Amino acid sequence: MDLHHKPTVDLQGYSPEIRALVYDYTLQLADTSLILGHRLSEWCGHGPILEQDLAMANIALDLIGESRSLYQYAAELEGQGRTEDDLASLRDAVEYKNPLLVEQPNGDFGDTVMRQFLFDGFHFFLLKELQNSPDKGLAGIAAKSFKEASYHVKWSAEWIIRLGDGTEESRRRIQKALDNLWMFSGELYTMTDTEKALAQAGFIPDYSGLLSQWEAHVGKVFAEATLEVPQNVFMQKGGKTGRHSEHLGYLLTELQYLQRAYPGLEW
Amino acid sequence: MALVTQNLTTEDHIWKLLEEVSDPEIPVLSILDLGVLKKVQVQEGGKVQVTITPTYSGCPAMNTIAADIRIKLLAEGFKDVAVDLQLSPAWTTDWLTPEGKDKLEAYGIAPPVEPAGDIHALFGRDTAVRCPLCKSENTKLVSQFGSTSCKAHYQCNDCLEPFDYFKCLK
Repeated sequence: MDLHHKPTVDLQGYSPEIRALVYDYTLQLADTSLILGHRLSEWCGHGPILEQDLAMANIALDLIGESRSLYQYAAELEGQGRTEDDLASLRDAVEYKNPLLVEQPNGDFGDTVMRQFLFDGFHFFLLKELQNSPDKGLAGIAAKSFKEASYHVKWSAEWIIRLGDGTEESRRRIQKALDNLWMFSGELYTMTDTEKALAQAGFIPDYSGLLSQWEAHVGKVFAEATLEVPQNVFMQKGGKTGRHSEHLGYLLTELQYLQRAYPGLEW
Repeated sequence: MALVTQNLTTEDHIWKLLEEVSDPEIPVLSILDLGVLKKVQVQEGGKVQVTITPTYSGCPAMNTIAADIRIKLLAEGFKDVAVDLQLSPAWTTDWLTPEGKDKLEAYGIAPPVEPAGDIHALFGRDTAVRCPLCKSENTKLVSQFGSTSCKAHYQCNDCLEPFDYFKCLK
């Protein structure tokens, strides 16, 4: 069924430059939520226990739902006749703008929880601020997703503590997950040219403010979980500008299979 | 003037008709009880424009609800019916009507009582959720995520019955 959300934004007042920037940024947020949502959905039917299988499927659904609203808005901003389906299913890996963190493979449950925890804090504080954006499209979607993200951030933090301050084996594994994934956390806060320009124009928050809130949250939870943040790590980046790890291509092959095999399908 | 009055009456009539469209996941709740139905507009030429808002972003029930609205109104003789989705302002459990909350509890789903998980309230004590069956407040959270996006999974410590809790979304 063709159920589109109502265009709520009067785009007439936007200069072509601002419009292009907001489009680029909306697409980046959409890709990020879609890729992480897809990764989590891979757990469906494979969770360690039923309740956590459901939890991951629920979070995946929230993220994929958020990405759909963002893709619809991006299509409107682009105004070239492309739809949400074209944007999600017919772009190649180099055109995807998600940070490297969210495309990393699921690994074991601890790896998935750690990836989610590093992302959730970022997502939560970003959406909280984005609700006040003068761009009504982004602000509306952020207000909706912020409420959902507040459940995600609680879920992943509880699991970090349970696994970190748990058994010897659970602590070993979650510490290993932190050691492996920490290098992808820096990219979340490294602003691209698009992000810098939009922050300058007052459309999105400056990420340094988000970073300090995130560090306080992450530090508190890691302390309670008895985990140690690895020191002197070289932070990887590139995903937000289209330079991805090899994992994304495999992920997209599966995600986009249906649309490419049977063109013209609708979300 | 006459046209305006007539339109208003038609819109009221449509609201009344849509009381019979229910949430496919929670059939005791109508889309009015749930606060999902936002606007009904009869445009010039008789086109009916219905606006709904999703409870959760990815809620798969929205497509079914939109289809059910169309089927209902087409069956009632309206020729041109369109349904669109409005995200802003974002849905909150405050929009559940008091009747809706009573119907939920009678159906075996505990209605929302507490504010959504706040990051500053991590591990804070949750407000007691009352067991919809034996009415005991001695219950425990099994999982924040339940059978649908809008529900959490609880168990009663007294009658031991597991039950769904309609999550609070503020």
